[in-house]
Order: sequence, then structure tokens, then C-alpha cells
Amino acid sequence: MIKYVIRRLIQAIPIFFGITVLSYLLMTAAPGGPVSALTFRPGVTPAERQRLAARLGVNDPWHVQYLRWILGDDWMRWDSDGDGVADQAFILPLDADGDGVPEPPGERRGALRGDFGTSFVARRPVLDVLLERVPATLELGISSLVIGVTVGISVGILAAVTRGQAFDTVARVMAVVFDAIPSFWLGLMLILLFGAHLHLLPMQGRCAVTLDDTCPPVYQRLEYLILPTFILATGFIGGYSRFTRASMLDIVSQDYVRTAQSKGLSNRTVWFKHAARNALIPIATFLGPTITSVLGGAVVTETIFSWPGLGRTIVAAVAQRDYPVAMAVTVYAAIATILGYLLSDVLYALIDPRIRFE
Amino acid sequence: MTTNTQARVTIAQLDNNSISESFLRKGLRRLSRDYLTLTAIAILAIFTLLALLAPVITRMLGVDPTTTNPSINFLPIGSPGHLLGTDDLGRDQLARLLYAGQVSLGIGVAGASITLFIGMVIGMMTGYFGGFFDDAMNWVITTLDSIPSLYLLILIVGILSPSAGTLVFIIALIGWTGTTRLIRGQTLSLRGREYILSAQAIGASPWRIMFVHIMPNLISIVLISLASAIGGLILAESVLSFLGLGVQPPTATWGNMLTKAQTFFVRGPHLVFLPGLMIFVTVLCLYIIGDGLRDAFDPTIVD
Repeated sequence: MIKYVIRRLIQAIPIFFGITVLSYLLMTAAPGGPVSALTFRPGVTPAERQRLAARLGVNDPWHVQYLRWILGDDWMRWDSDGDGVADQAFILPLDADGDGVPEPPGERRGALRGDFGTSFVARRPVLDVLLERVPATLELGISSLVIGVTVGISVGILAAVTRGQAFDTVARVMAVVFDAIPSFWLGLMLILLFGAHLHLLPMQGRCAVTLDDTCPPVYQRLEYLILPTFILATGFIGGYSRFTRASMLDIVSQDYVRTAQSKGLSNRTVWFKHAARNALIPIATFLGPTITSVLGGAVVTETIFSWPGLGRTIVAAVAQRDYPVAMAVTVYAAIATILGYLLSDVLYALIDPRIRFE
Repeated sequence: MTTNTQARVTIAQLDNNSISESFLRKGLRRLSRDYLTLTAIAILAIFTLLALLAPVITRMLGVDPTTTNPSINFLPIGSPGHLLGTDDLGRDQLARLLYAGQVSLGIGVAGASITLFIGMVIGMMTGYFGGFFDDAMNWVITTLDSIPSLYLLILIVGILSPSAGTLVFIIALIGWTGTTRLIRGQTLSLRGREYILSAQAIGASPWRIMFVHIMPNLISIVLISLASAIGGLILAESVLSFLGLGVQPPTATWGNMLTKAQTFFVRGPHLVFLPGLMIFVTVLCLYIIGDGLRDAFDPTIVD
């Protein structure tokens, strides 16, 4: 089992590498490059801009720039005797602009060590900006995951049990409807109905506005969670119910289920104890795609509900051309996805030993 | 004489037998009994026709999608001269919905065609050649699939600020991985067939085998997935445009008509309701058609 996990982890390395290269290339494709927002400020003279550009390494070859972004530059030019002047260099020259004075030691630690640079807008380390937003997204993601998966699986099992009957038909129609409905529009309509007209639920936000921008514990503001959770959950209720239904129908045609039936066991026992148990195993493979769908859905849901999470952050960052933040959110979303796929594979192998030996 | 009659009887029996019926006719026969799919096709045809006839219809009604008139903004549905009311700038909503339909449907169709074309070519190449090329493409596909596609789209679109034409390519470039996987699998299963071996034996080039011998067997799968692909792309475009990152005003799409939706809640709920309803009904029809075509033309389904 440990071997299997290690093998899957090693397989993830080239994918992670690909993601960082892709993100980096996108950032350099941005008009003016990644540092224009830093260098083009009022009051910065062309000479100063040149110096800043040399210090930020804009003129270095792209692979050096990529290395600096991913691994940092504190090991490329460093100060070994602690006098504040760089005296050792690797990859980078000690005196990049050729003025006879060594450049200062590198300060960046690189994306791999969590240093995505400074947010252009917030003027703070990107990681700090993101860490503030994580709890809100986790809150929304976990609640919709729990509700969506529970509802999806229950509906799927019941649809399989009542195959061809009214419940099954309704469930299948609803699954297609949930897939086809633009979640942002459904969200807007629900806000219109429950918020603007009936005044039953708050229209947006994570909690009532407070002076210091903090929110009370989640159980004191559940009404704020209802609509966003529902909208985010609709994104995968359809998928889960369809998958569970198909898996159940697949299982009940197997011999051991017929054996259970012919032993005279009640339908309830056969369906829920014998069939459902095995039918749920393949659902473990669904965890990876679900994480992608939660993260993607969070962008839309957080935007329409003004929910202060990661999804809203990337939309705002792109709109404000805050590239370091946008890059960091993308890379972290990709890491979460890779881990989700890894976790679902491991879970699957753990439940179903046949997978491990393939 | 007797032999002749017998032969005729056998042929007549064969004609009635579904085995002799062509693949296409059998599919069409199945489809003609599937009223849900037929309804969806009809609705979609009406929407397409309305969008294509937008210039004619708007001229007949004497309205225009871009003429603003702040003095008559937020007119409700059924106002004289403006059947579906007007928006925040006093533009006629019916005219805007019709013209937006051209853009949204156009992006969907064009994007899906590009997606499926790229998916088919790369899928065939990876499936047929295998080896290093297959491994390299697999790496690219897995990498792209590991980034939630909406994040990648937002990032690319935000950085490049594309026009509607470029947007089609960007959305299409994100969506080809699924088709590629599908086509690759099919190609792999076809590659070992005898007729491919015989084509190789008489010295046909790999390209000839791929495009002349393998592709005809993939066309049906690709065409069947076209409807769902168009639906998915219309949804993707609408999300981007809603976020303000897709097609830019004054060009209307069903998605960007909702960008300011939250400010319309009180004065113009119809401005929120109708564009979204158009997206929803269109995508729903496309998904139903996709499922219907799959059921009708899937060779593994037996009557």
C-alpha cells in the first residue's frame, strides 16, 4: 500500500512541474510582464525603473526567471559573512548591472516554499492575503460537499430501488436540469426570491457587517450559509445521483445479490445492506473531480454571494491585474486537485484491494 | 422458378429485418419515437432561427439592441413598443436577447467544433502512434485537467483580454482534453483490427490510415458528443461573461446581460430572469439532444 502511495506521489511530480511552468508562462504573457505593475508607478524615473528591473531580474533569461519564481533567489546570490553584501553567487552573476558594486543578496524564497511574492494591490505577501480567505472557502466547500454528497448518494440509491417509477424519473430529470442550469443564474433567482421578495434569508455576505470585518462562529450565522451551500451543492448532486444509480443497478444484477434475494432476505436488507455497500465503492474515485467542481463552483458562488473566499479573490485579482495573487490561487487550486485525485485513488485502493495489484 | 420465389421471399424477409437496415436509418427510426429529444430539437431550432433572423425581427418591431434612452429604462415586460421591456440604459431587451443569442450560440457552435476537431486529431495521433508522443500528450492532458478549468480560463482571459473570436479559441483550447481521451481509447481499440493491419501491409502511410480508415469510424462518436459539447461551451462562456471577463459590452451575450444583475433586483427582475432562462433552456435542450442522439445512434444498444 505504501509503495502504491509513493508511486502515485512520484507520478504527481511532473504534473506539478507542468502546472508551475504553465502558470509562469501565462504570467510572463501578461501585458508588460509580471513587474510592470511594480515599476510603472507615478514618480518612478526611467533610471530607477531600469535599476528596479535589474534587481527584479526582468532581463535575465526566462529559465532563470522561472527558477527564481519557483525556488527563490536567496540561494542564487547570498551573503555568507553577514555583512549585508552578497559575496557568493550561483547561476546569477554577483554584479548583474556591471557597475562594480555587488548586487544585494536575494530575498525571495520561491513558490515552492510558499513565497509567491507581494500582492500588487494589498502590498502584502500573497500567502498572507490567501490565508485570510481560506476559512471562508473551506466553510462553504465542506458544507456543500457534505450536503451534496449525502443528497446525491441517497437520491441515487432510491432512484435505483424505484427504477422506472415516478421517483426515478423525477430524479433523472432533476439531474439533467441541475447540470444545464447556470448556477450563477439559479443563485441570482434564489436571492431574488428568498432575499429580495420574501426577506427570509440574507441576500449576500458571510455574516452581518461588523466593524472589524470578523464573523462570529459559524453556528450563529447558519442562515448566511443556506443559499450559497445549496448553489454550490447543485454542481455535483446530479453527478453523484447518476453515478450512484448506475453503480447500484450494476451491482444488483450480480449473482451474490440474487443469492441474497433467493435466501429470502427482505428487499430492504438486500438493497441497503448487500447492494449499496459495494455500489458505493467506485464513488471513492469521484472525490478528485468533486474537489475540482467545488473549487470551480466557489468562483461563481462566492462572486454572487459576496462571500470572501478564494474564488472571489481570483476574480478580483484578475480584474485588478494582481498577477501574483491570481497565480498563487491557481497553483494552490491545482495542488488541491492533485491531492484530491491522489486521495481518491488511495481511498479506492484501500477499499478495493484489486486496484493495488494492477 | 421455385428457387427464384424462395430467393425473393428471403430478400423480402431480410428487408423487414432490422439487421439489413442501415445504421443511419435505424438511428433515425429510434429518434423519431423519442418525443423528448424531438421537442428539444424543435425548441433549439426556433431559438436558432430567431437569433439568425434578429435583424429582420428587430426592424419589423422598430427596435434596436444598442439604442439607449435613459428616459424609458427598466420598462416591464409587455410595455408598448418594447415587448420584453427595457434594461437599465433603456435598450430593448427583446432585441438584445435576439442579438445575444447570435453571439452565445455562435461561440458555442464554433468552440465545440474546434474542441472536437483538436480532440479528434490529437486523440487519433496519440492512440495510433503511442510511444513517446502518447506519453507527452498524456502529461499535457493530465496537467491541464489538474487545474480547475474555470481558474485557468479566468487567468488566461484576464491576462489576454480577448475579443469574442479569440475567446472561442481559448474556451475550446481548455475543453479538448475530454474528447482526446475518448478518441484515443477508440483509436486504440481500432488499431488492432484486421482491416488496419491489411492497410499497413499494403503500405498505407500512417496519415492515410488515420484519416481514411480510422476517422470514418470515429465521426459518429464525435458528432454525437457535439450537442453536449456546445451546451458545455455556452455555459462556460456565460460564466466568464457574467464575471465580466468574457465578451465585452456593448456586444450582448446571454451571460454578460447578467453582469449587473444584482443591481436590477428591485427595478427590473425581468432583466435577471430572461437571459438566464435563455441559457438554461438552450443548454438543457442541447444536453437532452446529446443524450437522445447517444441512445439513438449507439451501436451497442439493441432494440
